[in-house]
Amino acid sequence: MRSNGASTELAPARTPRHLLIAFGIMVVIGVVAPFLMYPLFAAKVLCFALFACAFNLLIGYTGLLSFGHAAFFGFAAYVTGHGAKVWGLPPELAILAGTAAAAVLGLAFGMLAIRRQGIYFAMITLALAQMLFFFCVQAPFTGGEDGIQGIPRGMMFGILNLENSLTLYFVVLGIFLAGFLLIYRTVHSPFGQVLKAIRENEARATSLGYNADQYKLIAFVLSATLSGLAGSTKAIVFQLASLTDVHWGMSGEVVLMTLLGGLGTTFGPVAGAAILISMQNYLAQLGGWVIVVQGVIFVVCVLTFRRGVIGELARLLKKPL
Amino acid sequence: MILHATGLSKEFRGFYAVQDVQLEVRRGSIHALIGPNGAGKTTCFNLLTKFLAPTHGAIVFNGKDITALKPAEVARLGMVRSFQISAVFPHLSVLENVRIALQRKRGNSFDFWRSAKALNVFNDRAMALLDDVGLTGFVNEPAIELPYGRKRALEIATTLALDPQMLLLDEPTAGMGQEDIARTAALIKRVAAERTVLMVEHNLSVVSDLSDVITVLARGRVLAEGDYAAVSTNPQVIEAYMGSGHG
Repeated sequence: MRSNGASTELAPARTPRHLLIAFGIMVVIGVVAPFLMYPLFAAKVLCFALFACAFNLLIGYTGLLSFGHAAFFGFAAYVTGHGAKVWGLPPELAILAGTAAAAVLGLAFGMLAIRRQGIYFAMITLALAQMLFFFCVQAPFTGGEDGIQGIPRGMMFGILNLENSLTLYFVVLGIFLAGFLLIYRTVHSPFGQVLKAIRENEARATSLGYNADQYKLIAFVLSATLSGLAGSTKAIVFQLASLTDVHWGMSGEVVLMTLLGGLGTTFGPVAGAAILISMQNYLAQLGGWVIVVQGVIFVVCVLTFRRGVIGELARLLKKPL
Repeated sequence: MILHATGLSKEFRGFYAVQDVQLEVRRGSIHALIGPNGAGKTTCFNLLTKFLAPTHGAIVFNGKDITALKPAEVARLGMVRSFQISAVFPHLSVLENVRIALQRKRGNSFDFWRSAKALNVFNDRAMALLDDVGLTGFVNEPAIELPYGRKRALEIATTLALDPQMLLLDEPTAGMGQEDIARTAALIKRVAAERTVLMVEHNLSVVSDLSDVITVLARGRVLAEGDYAAVSTNPQVIEAYMGSGHG
């Protein structure tokens, strides 16, 4: 008797409508963007948006602050670049190889880092990422200071010519949306529920019989893999894999994007990435001062709207976004 | 005997928080662990549930040596603990809190590709459990919004969702008003009908009312054991409580 009434009035049976609307708006913006601005610039935003979403999966829903995500992003870019340029892989396989490399790296880093919590976790991820950075400085295949330049874009699946910037853009949009939806699904899965429980109260989740470390490790590997997907895609878009991508500054940037947009929100990292990348682009003539402006924005964000742009919007609308 | 600990000790850098504790908990009983502050009650709980690794000693639960197990494994064997500070998942709804526990029946929830709708099958059972502790009207509230007493009730409902053979309750009535205390005590009595309960409790009227056996700890050691009448008249127990300023 109660069951029927209960299951309809309880937990939302389907995706809430406002999320569908927000998703629709994002897709529309994504589709019209290349006609309003440089497609390559829009593609860059999407790569970083995916990176930030992947990062948010870890900090926003698992409560783990990694300070070494550049390692996955940058290393995947190198592998993709090397694969496409030296091995002559088609772009889809080069991206797959980069993503797989990030997954393996994520497993190795994750197994070492998740044993510790809080600041120690952040420091271990930073240390491991720095080790990878110096490996990339030394290893011959990365091209050292020069990076891997002139990565061929090639033909996706043998039919999509990525030299055409619009085709390239829509392929990137497809990759971004696939990654975005996978993250959304992960967050709203039985697995995601346990992740949230661990974030909220790890000791309690353990006392209910959940081995918290296993869940954290899976989340870490997923996040690393999707960060790798973002880095691989970026390498194809820019035809460049360089030390900037594995530098700790990149790890800091993704933290900033996620915070600016809204930690633990669905759309926040996308907005954060769009804002930050646009800023870097349009303020480029300021040169080194861009970093200062970024720093000021970071401080203002943390002091005045800690929930981030989307987080504050969600609070005004009283609906999670 | 459902739980049997022998020679249980925990050393923190030369200081023994718990030293050579023997504890036998009879199946189906309500067993209370009391003692002045700093007596090692919570440490004992942490040792029994493996949240802390004992320095010495052995723990046998249901005939199985659990001394070397991880805390999550102990919980899966059917011994589930609560915490001194109320342990809910604050930003999940009341219903979701209970479902996290029910979800354990699926085994490990590693399926990140499946929709959370798969969890709706647990809604009826969750509602029944919440009904049992008087939380029917709060199912969709975030747990953080609940008043303190209700949070503890939610915690008990979540624990019961695992259908454990044995519950370890750490100060289940701490910080509650009279009314909540009475309701919680009645709830404990009810759930203990089919289960074993080991609890740390400061409220002596609750202890005398509920417990079959009482173990008194002081300075990490067992001071006395017996029923309320025996323990409360034990001169050593009186001295331990008076001596440290507790009544």
